[in-house]
Amino acid sequence: MALLEVENLGVFYGAIEALRGVSLCVEAGEVVTLIGANGAGKSTTLRTISGLLQPRSGKIVFDGRPIQNWPPHKVVETGLVQAPEGRKIFSNLTVEENLNLGAFLRNDKAAIAKDRERALEFFPRVRERLAQQAGTLSGGEQQMLAIARALVARPKLLMLDEPSLGLAPQLVQTIFQVIREINRAGTTILLVEQNANMALQVAHRAYVIEVGKIRMEGPAAQLAASDDVRKAYLGAH
Amino acid sequence: MADFAQTLMTTLAVGSLYALIALGYTMVYGILKFINFAHSDIVVLGAWISFTLTRWLFPAVGLDAHNPDSPAPPLWLGASILIAAVVACSLIGFVIERFAYRPLRKAPRLNVLITAIGVSLLLQNLGQLSFMFGPSPQKMPALLSNVELWRLSLPSSGGARNVVIGLVDVMIVGTSAVLMIALEFLVFRTKIGTAMRAVSYDLEASALMGIPVDRIISYTFMLGSALAAAAGFLYALKYPGLNQPAHTTWVLLGLKAFVAAVIGGIGNVRGAVLGGFVIAAVEQFGAYYLSSSYRDVYVFALLIAILLVRPSGLLGSTVREKV
Repeated sequence: MALLEVENLGVFYGAIEALRGVSLCVEAGEVVTLIGANGAGKSTTLRTISGLLQPRSGKIVFDGRPIQNWPPHKVVETGLVQAPEGRKIFSNLTVEENLNLGAFLRNDKAAIAKDRERALEFFPRVRERLAQQAGTLSGGEQQMLAIARALVARPKLLMLDEPSLGLAPQLVQTIFQVIREINRAGTTILLVEQNANMALQVAHRAYVIEVGKIRMEGPAAQLAASDDVRKAYLGAH
Repeated sequence: MADFAQTLMTTLAVGSLYALIALGYTMVYGILKFINFAHSDIVVLGAWISFTLTRWLFPAVGLDAHNPDSPAPPLWLGASILIAAVVACSLIGFVIERFAYRPLRKAPRLNVLITAIGVSLLLQNLGQLSFMFGPSPQKMPALLSNVELWRLSLPSSGGARNVVIGLVDVMIVGTSAVLMIALEFLVFRTKIGTAMRAVSYDLEASALMGIPVDRIISYTFMLGSALAAAAGFLYALKYPGLNQPAHTTWVLLGLKAFVAAVIGGIGNVRGAVLGGFVIAAVEQFGAYYLSSSYRDVYVFALLIAILLVRPSGLLGSTVREKV
């Protein structure tokens, strides 16, 4: 059984149907990416899995437990952690306080310190800024902090929503390099991206979502080679 | 000089009360972005619960409130009444949030605001019922005899005058200081406090960190109500003639504390304390040196001035309105 199984998810914003039966699964150890255009339903899918939105229909099973309609903090407790779109760091807190909030639900001090250390090894720039107000960080540093903070929660599955959003190309490379490393170190990743090119390079498998429905799925390399994906998402003519 | 010192002492005592109440407004606003109009009614409850308990407990420990020769009540009596009022009001704050505000978490802010006014009216009118506190003013028995602690002779325009510093004022300033330092520690040095600041910045992102947002909001209401209860208790110590629960003096007290929160920068805990002392100073010095009939005018004039010059308040940062 897969680590995360999403079955036939239907989500509405008022009367507007945002997800029309989305199904996907993530096996332990994988990097899976969900790519698609603006407004296709990528973030909505992650937000529903995290419990921020209530699905009208469908099932979400994580680690053998049905978690649809659970409140977000209960979802985090199962080890399903999201670094949200737009980083959503707490600008009014210090970098260190932001990091520690990642471990809000944990009480094992020694283990937290170890995970924090590990997260900071991925992002040395964040370590240099621990005492600073998080709002003073650059966009790239904020993104690093957001991922580091999620790692401190010791996720079994880390969901990343548009980690490359608004970053300089050089930084995008760095971030994706680290995503690869995090996965190699044993964390399963579900990655939502508009930057399909980068996402397909990092991921093992991919799903393409269009207007609230999964249109294609398969090994990332195979999708990257397909004409439809190349035309629609990779800028090929 | 003597007049100045005496006015300063009153400013410190009154400012402490404003600050305690302003903290509740500012913490709730910081997290839920609405003004809890029922907050001043929690102060009233704090004062009246203190009064009720005092009236019950005085005979129980062999004291007579009407006999001036009766011995001074022991210090632990006042302390236990304070704690009881604080606990009772925290619970009431919890219940109000749970049943009046939480169901409206996703409703437009205006709905919550109107509900808050409704809760305020409800509390005022419940308080006037005869089996509650009744519709008439009462005299709070002295829990603390106002002993003179210091008497200083200071020069004044008409020769030397005495400045008297009494136990009640010192107790008010001291108790408030302890509570405010405890709050500062809680908000800035503990995990729960960090969570409160996180929730006030971004509710959704906090939920994604695993913070149980609803529980943190409950804690915030309980904390604000606890401070309001303490303010009500201390107010009753200083001004024993308790007006009935719906009287305008209470509304005005709450309104001024709200002004303090706005002047300090609403949502900012340290700003609320600063604002409390600033408006107390303006009010007390204005009343003494200019005219006491305009004491409320000074406070609201200051509010207008601050809003013109620094709309986000003295310590407030510019708020980005989330769209």
